[in-house]
This record gives sequence, C-alpha cells and structure tokens, in this order.
Amino acid sequence: MAEMINLTIDSYQVQVPKETTVFEAAKKVNINIPHLCYHEALSIYGACRVCVVEVEGRPRLEPSCATAVEEGMKVKTNTTRIRRARRMIVELLLANHPEDCLTCERNQICELRKLAYDLGIRELRFEKGRKYHYEPDLSSPAIIRDPNKCILCSRCIRVCLEIQSVGAIDFVNRGGKTQVLTFFNKGLNNVECTNCGQCILACPTGALREKTAVDEVWKAISNPKKFVIVQTAPAVRSAIGEEFGLPAGSLVTGKMAAALRRLSFDRIFDTQFGADLTIMEEAHELVERIKNKGVLPMITSCSPGWIKYIEHFFPDYLEHLSTCKSPQQMFGPIAKTYYAQKISVKPEDMYVVSIMPCTAKKFEAQLPEMNASGCQDVDAVLTTREAARMIKEAGIDFVNLPDEDFDKPLGISTGAGVIFGATGGVMEAALRTAYEVVTGKTLEEIKFEQVRGMEGLKEAEVNLNGLNLKVAVAHGLSNARILLEQVQKKESPYHFIEVMACPGGCLGGGGQPMPATLEIRKKRAASLYCEDEGKAIRKSHENPAVIALYKEFLGNPLSKKSHHLLHTTYTKRSRY
Amino acid sequence: MKIVLKNIRKEGYLPGINSYMTQGGYEALKRALKTTPEEILSEIKKSKLVGRGGAAFPTGLKWEFTRKSRELPKYVVCNADEGEPGTFKDRFILEKDPHLLIEAMIICGFTIGAKDGFIYIRGEYFKAYDILQKAIDEAGTNNLLGRNILGSDFSFEIHLYRGAGAYVCGEETALLDSLEGKKGQSRVKPPFPTFAGFNNKPTVLNNVETFVNIPEIVLKGGEWFSQIGSPSSPGTKLYCLSGDVKAAGVYELPTDISLQDLIEKHGNGVCGRLKAVLPGGVSSNLLTSSDLNVKMDYSSIQQAGSMLGSAAVIVINDTHCMVNLAGRCIEFFDYESCGKCTPCREGIKRAREILTNIAQGKGELSDLALLKELQEVMFDTSRCGLGQSALNAVSSCLEKFYGEFKEHILKKKCKLGICSMGKDF
Amino acid sequence: MSLEKYKQEVKKILSEYSIKERALLPCLHIAQEKCGYLTEEIISFLAQELGLPKVEVYSVVTFYSMFSLEKQGEYVIRICVSLPCYLKGSGKILEAVKEELNIEAYQTTADKKFTIEPVSCLGLCDKAPAIMVNRDIYGGLTPQQAKNIIKEYKKIK
Repeated sequence: MAEMINLTIDSYQVQVPKETTVFEAAKKVNINIPHLCYHEALSIYGACRVCVVEVEGRPRLEPSCATAVEEGMKVKTNTTRIRRARRMIVELLLANHPEDCLTCERNQICELRKLAYDLGIRELRFEKGRKYHYEPDLSSPAIIRDPNKCILCSRCIRVCLEIQSVGAIDFVNRGGKTQVLTFFNKGLNNVECTNCGQCILACPTGALREKTAVDEVWKAISNPKKFVIVQTAPAVRSAIGEEFGLPAGSLVTGKMAAALRRLSFDRIFDTQFGADLTIMEEAHELVERIKNKGVLPMITSCSPGWIKYIEHFFPDYLEHLSTCKSPQQMFGPIAKTYYAQKISVKPEDMYVVSIMPCTAKKFEAQLPEMNASGCQDVDAVLTTREAARMIKEAGIDFVNLPDEDFDKPLGISTGAGVIFGATGGVMEAALRTAYEVVTGKTLEEIKFEQVRGMEGLKEAEVNLNGLNLKVAVAHGLSNARILLEQVQKKESPYHFIEVMACPGGCLGGGGQPMPATLEIRKKRAASLYCEDEGKAIRKSHENPAVIALYKEFLGNPLSKKSHHLLHTTYTKRSRY
Repeated sequence: MKIVLKNIRKEGYLPGINSYMTQGGYEALKRALKTTPEEILSEIKKSKLVGRGGAAFPTGLKWEFTRKSRELPKYVVCNADEGEPGTFKDRFILEKDPHLLIEAMIICGFTIGAKDGFIYIRGEYFKAYDILQKAIDEAGTNNLLGRNILGSDFSFEIHLYRGAGAYVCGEETALLDSLEGKKGQSRVKPPFPTFAGFNNKPTVLNNVETFVNIPEIVLKGGEWFSQIGSPSSPGTKLYCLSGDVKAAGVYELPTDISLQDLIEKHGNGVCGRLKAVLPGGVSSNLLTSSDLNVKMDYSSIQQAGSMLGSAAVIVINDTHCMVNLAGRCIEFFDYESCGKCTPCREGIKRAREILTNIAQGKGELSDLALLKELQEVMFDTSRCGLGQSALNAVSSCLEKFYGEFKEHILKKKCKLGICSMGKDF
Repeated sequence: MSLEKYKQEVKKILSEYSIKERALLPCLHIAQEKCGYLTEEIISFLAQELGLPKVEVYSVVTFYSMFSLEKQGEYVIRICVSLPCYLKGSGKILEAVKEELNIEAYQTTADKKFTIEPVSCLGLCDKAPAIMVNRDIYGGLTPQQAKNIIKEYKKIK
C-alpha cells in the first residue's frame, strides 16, 4: 500500500498517495483546475502556468500539475491572486492568437477559447500587440499545421515523441521566436511524420487539423456522372455519435447509415466487408508463411500510420509486414472492379469515399500504387469529424434518425470485421479464421480475452494443431517499437504481431471526435465488442458476400487476382 | 582583506601552477585529505558561507544534503556560465587564478564523495577556457587530479564543458540540462540538484565565486571566515562595478561595505551626476541616491527593496532616459528568455512592445498599470528566475521615475532627447 | 574541415562519453568553429550518431545563439549591447561597425569575411563598450576606433 499524504485543498482535507500532484489531488474534491499544457497521457511539462495555485509558505504561485503533494500542505486553488494570474496568462496567449474564432475549425471545442470564456476574459488589454505571421504547413495530404494558432503547450511534440516515438516536430528557436517546426521546416510530408494525427487530438487549439476533403466529396455527390460509394470504417460507428452530443461509446451504426443515405451517396457500404476480406487474405498468408518457413513474425499492415513508421524507422524489416492492403484499400479496387462490373458502371465513373477514424488513411489513399482498379482506388477520405460536419451542414437530425441498413453486397460484414476498430481486434479476427483454416475444426470459444483491453503490449498463445502460435499486439507506436526492436535483435518469440499506430487502435485514431481520453476510448471499444456480440456471423470466412466474391471473382485467397488487387509493396524511407 | 583575489592582486602573479604553488596553493587540499569530509563540512557550515551566484543558499547545507544522499555517483558542478549583464568577476578568476577553482572543486569532491566534476563555462569565454584547460592538465600532471590524488585513496577528475550562448543556462537546472546535451531550460523544482542534479544524481552546483572561498576556509577555519563582513552573509564579496563610474572593475570587499563607499572610494566616483544604481544587474530593482548608505550584503539590499544577485553594480548617470533604459533591459530578456513558460515568453514580448510604444510617443497611462500588473504576475508565475525577475528593473524604473514615463506618454516628449519618439528600439 | 574528417572527429569524441547524448554540444561547437555553420547534413549525421530525432538536434542548434544555420563570416564581430555597454555608447559602436561593413546586424558580408552579431553581455563591462572579433577582445572603444579595428581586419588576406 502506498504511503498516504494528508493535505488541505481550499477548506477540504484530502488524503492521497505519495507522489500525487496537487492537480490530481484537487480532483478528489471536485476541483478541475484550469489548465492547458497538462495532458493525461503525457509527461508533465509545467509551462503554460494556467494551473497555478497558492501553496502556503511558498513565495510564488506553483503549477499544480508539477507540484507533488506534501504532508500538511495547505493549498488554495481559487483566490484573487490566482484568478488575476490565470487571466493575465490567458490574455497573453490571446494577444498572440488570431481572432478568427468564427471560422476556426475548433470553433466549438477549442480549449483556449473555452478557457478564456471560463476565466471571464472579456477584454484584451494587449490588443496593440503584434501577432505572428507564419506560413502554415500545407505539405501533408493528411495534416495541416497552422503555427499562427499554436500556443506552444508542447502537447503535439510530447504525443509525437512519447506515445508515438516518432519525434517529427519540436520547438525551434527560443524566447518569443519559439515555434513548433519540422526539421529545417521541411513540412510534415517531408519528414518522418506518420500522419497518425495524434497531434491533432492533443492540440488544444486549431493549430493542427486534418486536410479536409469535404468539398471534394460534395462536388462528387452533386456530379450526376459520378456513382458515389461510401464505406465506413468500424471505429466510426462507435464514436461519431459524440459529435452530436451522444454519450461516448454510443453505438450508432444504423443512424450513421441513415445519415449517409440522406447525404445522397449512391451506395452505403461498409469497410468491415473489406476487413473480412483482409482476414481471408492475411490468415492465409500467415498459414503460408508458417508452412513454407517464410519471414516471421508476420506483422499486420492495416494501419497506414504504422506502415509509414516502419518504413522510416525499420526500413530493413519490411518483409515482416503482411503484404495485405488495409481494409480501406481492399475495398476500393473491389468496388471499382467486381462491383462496378456487377452494376455496369465504369471504374472511372465511380467515386469511392471512405469515412475513417484516421488521418493517415488520407495519405494511404493517395499513394501512387493504390490504383489496382486502373484508377485511384479510393478517391477521397473523410475523417469521422469531417463526416459529422457534412451531416451537420445538411441539417440532418442525427440523434433522432431511424436505424437503417448498409447496402448489399459490400455492406455485409461479420463480427470479426467490427472489432478491427479496437486494439487486438485484427488479431482476434485473424485467429478466429486461422484456427479453422489450419485445424479444420469449428472454433467454439471465439473470444480471445488476452488480446483485448488497453494494455500497451499484449500477448497470447493459441494451439493450432500442435503448433503453439505465439502472438502479440501493440498499439501506440512506442509500443510497436519495443516489438520491432526484439525483431531487430532476433529475439522476437512471436509468429504474428498486430500493430495499430494509435492508442486504443482505430477507435483512438487521429480523425476521431475530441476529446479522446482513455475513458472515452474504453467506451468506444466496449461498443464495438457489443456490436460483435450482436452479429449473427462473427468469423470473416463465413461472410456470405466474401464467399461469393471469391467464388465469382477472385478464386482463392492469395490467388493471382487477389495478389493484384489486394496486396501491396512497401517503400524504404530514411529517418536521417 | 582578500580571500578570493589574494593571489591575483599580487604583482607578477600568473595563472600557472608554479605561481599558485608559490602562494601556498593546494595546501588546503593537502590539509583536507588529511582530515575527514565531516570535518571539512563542519568548517564550511561554521563559516556561514552562502552561495555567490545570487540565491545566497548556505553552501555548507548544500554540500551536506548531497553528501548525505544515498544515490551514487555524485557530482560537483561549477557554474561558470557568467552572463548577467554587468557581471565579470568569474571571468576574472578563471583567467587569472584557475587553480584556486580547481583546488576548491577537488575539496568539494572529497567532501561529498564525488569522483567527477564539471565546469560549465560560458561559450564566449574562449580565453578562460584555454587557461582553465591548461590548468586542469597541469593539475593532472602533478597528481592533483586523477587517480589517488597525492597518494590518498581519493580520485577525482574535472571536465570542462562549454556553453553555447544562452543566458538562461546560468539558472542551475537549465545549466544541468545543457550539461546533459539538451536545450537549457529550467526543470521543475523540487527535486533540487542536491538530490537529483546532473544525470539525476546528487550534485553540488556552486558558482565560481562560491567555490574559490573554500580553500581559505579550509586553511583558516570557518570561525575565522564568519567574522568577516556582515554577520548575516559573512566573508568578502566580489563587486563588479560598471556603467557610469570612473574606475570600473572587480573589487573584493567585506560584505559590510556601503554602496556609497563602493562607488566613491573604490570606483573613484560617478561619471557625471548619479541617477540610479542597479545593485544586482538588470534583474534587480533600481536604487537611487537616497539608498547610498545601504550595506552591500544580501539581506540589507533586500531590505532596501532590491537584490544583490551576483553583485553587478551598474551605475547610471543623469544623461540617460529611464524609458529608453527600461527598454534596453527588457531587450536583453527578450533575447534570452528560453520561451518555455507563457508568462516569461509572452510577457516579455508585450512589455517590450509597451515600452517601445511609450518611447515612440504612442503610450497610454493605462499601459503603466498594465506593466506593473504584468511584472507582478511574471514574478509570481514564471518558471525560473529569468522570467520572475525580468521586469524588476522596468517596474522600478516606472516606480522611481514615474514622471519621465508620464512625460513620454502625455507630452510625447523625451526631455533628454534620447528616445527618438518614432523609431523602434 | 571536410565532412569526412569531421565525422571521424565526432566518433573520437563520442568514444569518450558513456551517454552519447551528452556529447551533443561539444560536437556542435567543433562543427560551428571548423565549418562556420551547421548544415542539414551535419545535424542529420549527429542525430544518427547520438540516436536522437533529427528535429531534436535542430531544436538544440536553434536554441543556442552561438550556433548558426547560415555560414558565418571568417570573422564574427560580437558587439555587446547589454546595459553596461549601452551606458557607455554601444549603440554607436554597433552603428559604426554596420556602416563600416555596409551590412545590418546578424548579417554577413558578401565576401563571407565578416558577420555582425549583437550579443548579450560578454563579461567585459569594465572595458565598456566592448567588442570581440573571433577570440580577440577590444574595449573602451569610440565609434572611430571600432571602425579602425575593422579596417585592420579587412587588410588581412
């Protein structure tokens, strides 16, 4: 049992374990001290100074996030002196900040704006001040950085380095000239940025946002020549409700399909179909590799953030990656070949939109090799947030929509496809199929508890006809790095590894609604597992639409046609 | 009374080891090696020596905390990143009597149980660096550094490390980060360096001037030292006299010297007529002619409403416009702020803007109240001493020369004709 | 100094450090002095050797005023502009040097011979106003004397 510390916060006695911060201790008495640079998932930075409090006996105000509790400490969290200091600090930040709140992406959810409002700042006394005039970084197909809105809280830098172990951005220069930049200001697209978008989720202001495709999609929808198909990733249905005020974890699959139909998409399909297809190919690839002594461990390739990471940081280990495309990119060419033929639409007249919890998907879709159908396989990628904005723009009353179904056949999916959206889900889905492929027996207990949950690294062993299959799951790239370093040292005990770039898996993706706290991510995961439970079919190889696809079009998994449409190659990129 | 400049002030004294030995150099180390660390510690505590870098923390206590810490290894770090405008005493010692510092650091290592010492020297001190490196080599050749120093069980090395142009590295935790190869940005305290310093290990971090008092204390005893100067912070102090004074220079004097005597007797008086004095550099509050009787020790200066800091005594005569001067002070901090915490980074920027506006005849009276509030909030919330004290000089200019500011604002006029009332600083 | 030679020198320095990261500033100093500035190539190389993200090394380089990303002149003229020198007329010294070289502060002459760097206190307050040309110190200057000093350096081929 940890040593307990007694302290007074305002007029309350509080007992907390040693090493607790004053900030955390205050939560015990329902005081959420205003803050900006503090972030629950990141190291303590202690620099915005908004969370300052009075500690008896100390000459100056102390940052509560960086002050450890001490026995007998007397803390005040709300005095004239504190309020004056907090206001002035936020005023100072505002003095540098563009006054374009009305047109800002973060209009409704900007932490700086909320703080200014909450702290009662109603006049700007430094209004004569000069503001920055920096060029925004528009280099990336996924993420836009607008340094003019940056308040230098370092949350993006910390998430990039600490959670993702990438380090694509850092502070440059010092003092009033400090900026967050990429190496030599080359732009995110020209450095080792993985496009994961965790920086967007971490940013308290509008300094980071996705590169939007909303207008392109509107244009396609209103073009009578285009047959516009939309596919939605599993994680979207567990989160998009948050954009309309529903509680985190609300499962809104039916409402989402109904809303998309109201946006006038020609077909409402499901990336989960692509996920089932991925499992067919990937499970067979794994079995092949084991049988033929191929390169092991095999590592999943669904997460484009992860792909770019390994390409930059471990370029000599790309043969460990499954050659399977991600569900999004399997869906695209199948829609533009198999389905296009079915409905007699030319691939070039078809427009495939995907709604993804992810910013890196935007990067993935525009890769030159993603044109197996003869034209770009996926034309536009919207994040969950962008899709919600379109629904709002169209005035759709999302919350009160009736549940509607996806269209057939590419809207048919299994429970295995659903759980792709949570960390461990691809692994579990693959195991459900691999087990039956290898053993020929029916898998009775289809839940693989060991690979579920928010632990950064998870492992499990599964007996496949005498082969003790060892698997591991990592989410968050710093966890992936640990597994890759084992591979590098030839110490990896695993046959199969699942990696998702974002903490929690796709449900915590950089394109998801904000905020995305650990609690919220857990709720989204729970709702996906709930949808899985409710599905009649829960194994990918039992998906009737997938079975039909192989029968009518592809032949077998790993067939020549499959390879052409559903598999890909990777690019060695440098880090230095 | 000379303690730290005892050798330097002798005619013909050179920074080499022979000169140093002739003056009884390394005798303190020899004595120390024959006693125990506890005995040395006891003498230093008795001496009541306080840190000369500005914070005036009792040196004996600092050493004791580090000695008692169970973490290993321990380190000795010397802060030779002199950068406070108006301070040039460390350069003086480093260039003219490097062995005195080396001897002191070895004694410190012996006392706290450290094997490695670092001297973090200001990047622009090229000459001092060369001299120090030569002195370290000489000490090594003479078995004063390295393994089994002078035949004892004690081994100690000193490493020289150059800063790269960042005033904020003079702040102890920023210095440690810089010493670790990072940007020099202050750490959150506690933990203090005595518990978690260099490499997160217990570290004694003292200023050059603090260290060089040690050999004499070891030789003559703490009791002797504690009788010199002001009882609250005894010993001598190196005062750096600069600005509008006839004889600028470094003066070692007992801490009970008055500001008046320092300027008049030692500095040969003011060039022109005295307007103000910054007793602790641009981070301190201004004193004026009515404060001249103040004793130049830490607590007396504090009582007079300022701070001694590193004792950069900058004399200002009446040809200078205080609005312009305040702008110059803030310009320094604007250039040197590390940019990490909001109040310092943004506050300095805005203070500089406000002062520029006033100097250009574009100020408003409400600006003055805003500046004052800004100073108070920056003092209260900045992460380190730089931001906390960045507006001290400015706000005391404002307080003591309010009329000048008012004139710039209301009459849009600089009586001394210094502010161009149109041009940027 | 050639990049190859520099790389060898860095490897030698690194061998003396148990924690490689600690060697960053010393390695940067050598490059700055021997090459005149820090190139993308040098920063990338150091990042790789020290196992750091390259943007982190870039960050360190831009933090410290003695490191520069642009090639500095053969002679760096550091002019103290802090208060003690200001009181003694450093503003006029700076103007005189700018005039003599016909460039602005922080600029380098077209022939890459001189760079003007206004700097914070150099610890030469007893010699105010003071300047440094590379490692040489000049104090108690008048604007004319400052110009004359630069003229002398101009004569060096």
